[in-house]
Amino acid sequence: MPVWTWLGWHKGRATTAWPQRPGDDGQDGVLGLPRLDAARCVASDSGCSDCAAACPASAITLRDGGVQLDYARCVGCQLCTEVCPEGAFSVSHDWAFAVRDKADLLNPGRVPAAPQPADNSADATALAAEIKAFGRSLHIRHVDAGSCNGCESELQALLNPFYNLHRLGIFFTPSPRFADLLLVTGPVTAAMREPLLRTYEAMPQPRWVMAAGTCATGGGTNGGGYACHQGLDGILPVDVWLPGCPPNPAALIEALLLLLRQRAQRVHGGVYEHA
Amino acid sequence: MESRFEGQTLRAGAVLAERVSGIDSVAHALAYAQAVEGAMGWRAPPRARYLRVILAELERLYNHLHYLGHLAKTTTLKVAEAEGHLLEERVKQINARLTGSRFLRGLITPGGLRRDLDISGLDKALDAITADIDSYLLRLENTRSHLDRLMTTGTLPRQVAFDQGATGPIERASDLDRDLRRDHPYANYEKVRFSVPVQQAGDAHARSLVRMEEIHESLAIIRQTIGRTKPGEVLRFEPMEEPDPQGEGLGWVEATRGGLLYAVHLSADRSRLSRVKIKDPSFSNWRVFPFTVEDSNMMDYAINEASFGLSIAGADR
Repeated sequence: MPVWTWLGWHKGRATTAWPQRPGDDGQDGVLGLPRLDAARCVASDSGCSDCAAACPASAITLRDGGVQLDYARCVGCQLCTEVCPEGAFSVSHDWAFAVRDKADLLNPGRVPAAPQPADNSADATALAAEIKAFGRSLHIRHVDAGSCNGCESELQALLNPFYNLHRLGIFFTPSPRFADLLLVTGPVTAAMREPLLRTYEAMPQPRWVMAAGTCATGGGTNGGGYACHQGLDGILPVDVWLPGCPPNPAALIEALLLLLRQRAQRVHGGVYEHA
Repeated sequence: MESRFEGQTLRAGAVLAERVSGIDSVAHALAYAQAVEGAMGWRAPPRARYLRVILAELERLYNHLHYLGHLAKTTTLKVAEAEGHLLEERVKQINARLTGSRFLRGLITPGGLRRDLDISGLDKALDAITADIDSYLLRLENTRSHLDRLMTTGTLPRQVAFDQGATGPIERASDLDRDLRRDHPYANYEKVRFSVPVQQAGDAHARSLVRMEEIHESLAIIRQTIGRTKPGEVLRFEPMEEPDPQGEGLGWVEATRGGLLYAVHLSADRSRLSRVKIKDPSFSNWRVFPFTVEDSNMMDYAINEASFGLSIAGADR
């Protein structure tokens, strides 16, 4: 035991300075969800539907000859970037996809993006005030509602010394009674629906819900069918949606900070804005 | 999950296979791809087969490091837990720089790999963590409090392991010397030299020892493979062998947790999947676990469970 204590001290600090200060977010090289340049799409002229046919998660639809990409369903498999003959889809490193309103995850393609819904409704203000009252502390109850364990692996990574989530005042708790945030992964299987709802009921108010991972935001490749729902839609009121398959630890941190109003939302109308 | 494969294209099937058990993405995609290749008579090009070996061993590496961190957590070695998970994180970051995915997703597909990889920096990246891994494993093996909790905990006798179909590190810790990589080579495993660690005790300590030795072997396999990988194409669709007349194929992989099997049945025109059957190693090993619990100390339960290193998603297919 003393040897381990010495080792820990000797090795020094392993934690990144990010996100409080500029530093390594640890995601060098990580591919995000594909970027859509709808102006390049020629589907309306040629009737091409290669992308929609290749997408295993039904995230791409062709409506009125135009292409639409629903990031809530995108699993980032990058197949569309390989099949599009016009290069309308391109590989990106855009992974900080957390949004408060699910509608922001839909890239409508050619249709000009709707004006940004300003985040100043009475509800939002009340929510912001509530969140502020918590200061910097947040306790999370995580429920795996049928995930592939990819998201779980990244959630556990949050606790490793590199990300060290505790330093941000965010903790996981095993009991919903002590939780402020219900973090759900997986498409919600029929068997997990009831335990999930009961977990939510057991949480004290005010309480928030985050849908983490594409399964939870829109079903992804694993939702639907006879055994699953299509994510949290219609099951729980969700405050933050974070697609990604799986969302990497830095994306999870960005999403948690978005909930705590310490980070700005990057995605509006399905378009990713770079800081 | 199996029913989701039905009606999918062969390419989309690989994306789905990666999402059956996220931490075994490579193993699942590889077993699936090999099953389809068997049905179609395809054979992946040599470079793709070598790169598949590298991907599979990187997956084993980060999973085993996570396993040791978790095991140290159950024996209340906080620093060892942190160190294990930090090493896992460093391997995942290497994965991301190499492939764009921390879980090595989006590469393996029937016929080879979807794109080529630049493995020139991999050697150096692994060199940078090998010394840390070595001293970590050595230190764990020299920590008495840790060993004391593992030894004689959750003993799985050889005969029970055999009868109940234990697989992977679990069976090898109970003196069953089986490994698909060596016994029925796939990818390019017949061209690399490695040993298959086997332990006799069948307890939690034996299970962790097998994994520790596998970490050394994985690193050695990756190094050998890097040296042998020659430039070339990575995707090929021409039939090299007689396609299966029924459109059926079987793929197998020695995944991190043991033998993983995919059986595929293609549609009449061989463009889509009509049925896919998955046998995940965790499915076999969950069955074995209860045989080690009986008459055991309650305080040892968590340690015993961690020593099995089971995946829930893998068992639920």
